[in-house]
Amino acid sequence: MNKLPYERPFIQKLNLGVMNKFGSKTELEPCTHIDGVPVKKLIEEYGSPCFVISEQKIRNNYKNAVRAFKTRYPKIQFAWSYKTNYLDAVCNIFHQEGSWAEVVSIFEYQKAIHNGVPGDKIIFNGPDKSKEDLAIAISNNSLIHIDHFDELYDLVELVQGRSLKVRVAIRVNMDTGVRPIWDRFGFNYENGQAWNAVTKIMSHPELDLVGLHAHIGTYMLVSSAYAVAANKLCDLMQQVQNRWNQDIQYLDFGGGFASTNTLKGAYLQASDVIPSIDEYAEAITATVLNFGFKQDKLPTIFLETGRALIDDAAYLLGTVVATKRLSDERRATVMDFGVNILFTSFWYDHQISPAQHFSRHSENMTLYGPLCMNIDVVRENVMLPLLNKGDQVVVHKVGAYNMTQWMQFIQMRPKVILIDMNGRHHVIREHESLETMLRYEHVPAHLKTISL
Amino acid sequence: MHINSNVAISDSGFIFNPLTGDSFTTNPIGLQIIEMLKNGLSQQKIITEITTKYLVESSTVEKDLRDYLSMLNSYQLGEYVN
Repeated sequence: MNKLPYERPFIQKLNLGVMNKFGSKTELEPCTHIDGVPVKKLIEEYGSPCFVISEQKIRNNYKNAVRAFKTRYPKIQFAWSYKTNYLDAVCNIFHQEGSWAEVVSIFEYQKAIHNGVPGDKIIFNGPDKSKEDLAIAISNNSLIHIDHFDELYDLVELVQGRSLKVRVAIRVNMDTGVRPIWDRFGFNYENGQAWNAVTKIMSHPELDLVGLHAHIGTYMLVSSAYAVAANKLCDLMQQVQNRWNQDIQYLDFGGGFASTNTLKGAYLQASDVIPSIDEYAEAITATVLNFGFKQDKLPTIFLETGRALIDDAAYLLGTVVATKRLSDERRATVMDFGVNILFTSFWYDHQISPAQHFSRHSENMTLYGPLCMNIDVVRENVMLPLLNKGDQVVVHKVGAYNMTQWMQFIQMRPKVILIDMNGRHHVIREHESLETMLRYEHVPAHLKTISL
Repeated sequence: MHINSNVAISDSGFIFNPLTGDSFTTNPIGLQIIEMLKNGLSQQKIITEITTKYLVESSTVEKDLRDYLSMLNSYQLGEYVN
């Protein structure tokens, strides 16, 4: 006799109350394939957990963003934000598409050079650039975005009296109506700091002020803030033109476009509230176009979009380690991935799908990671099917920041797989091992032996 | 465990407890367990019945049954008997 498929017994209390006007949201749609490749096959081959990145999705996202801007404005240049995901394979997809590199440390800078990005197509941002770092950027003719006066004075020391023309921009912070104001980086627009920085730069002929940069925040929920920023940068650009007859070649609007991940505590799903890439593009380009620049003086618009281009192109595959009951009888499910590799679970209620078909029954549960730490919570409350030990899940939209901010803590970091345009899969980062860690440790001779 | 005699259980898995006014829903296998409990089957016998009928290890059923009975008890639908 053929045995029937098993589902664990389940009982749920029915709660009567005010109906949710949006209906009850469940996440039961299984995700069995990624770009045509079975999830089970990926886990079988590469282990669990593992990250999976879709090359096709990255290229589609990029092309869509370029379309949104280039159909509105003639001079657009994207620069891939390395800190969002600096796996070489990922960076090179963006570079193949035409994106420059935007880096915020000498480590990222070296990675961009290693990837073959020409020095003059690297934007060097960030608050921590040593004189040595600046010297390298100068020798490569990179675009140096100055963050503070200490950096500016370092730069002046390096170039003064030399027959150089170093291409620089200043980062400008400003009030765009969004709180909190991001005033930690760059020079403030409203209190005149930015103008003072420009004045200082213009007094040194070795420095060529070619750009103005504003990165107004992250996960911006209103596109109109970019219009405010664009207006202020255009105003500054106009003032520089009037005072020194200096043409600013580009305005850099940084990053900050939201992805479709839902922030913790948000009432509505992100996909219902975040602006589209076209809305961001419209806010920026319409402001610059309408400011009144002559056609031949229009600045190039630089964009350092990261999150919105990569987040939904990556998945985290994982497996249920155990299920248990908490003291208040809530279901708890322990996964083999946690905040160690899914750092963004501190910010987002990540969408999680089962990787296999289930019955219609679902239950509310807390998803924990494998760390022996109380903070290791992937989802505080999520409706999922009746998961059992060994069942597999897919976490969606994990491409931004996880593969750069992940921690080697208690567990090792897993493999990262890329599914290419033809459905072939490649390991683009190996999993770590004990050897990975021991390579960096040194034990003094008197501590090499122990006796217990 | 025995199921409280005044608990109403429908064939579709809808459960009503008139003592507390609470209602519940259970899946088909949960319904079968409740039926077996009402018929006085022991936990060991229930495990055997399920593993005979379904594709599952007895250790898995043992863990799941323990959890299910604790929930029946918590919801005041059944009581443990010595």
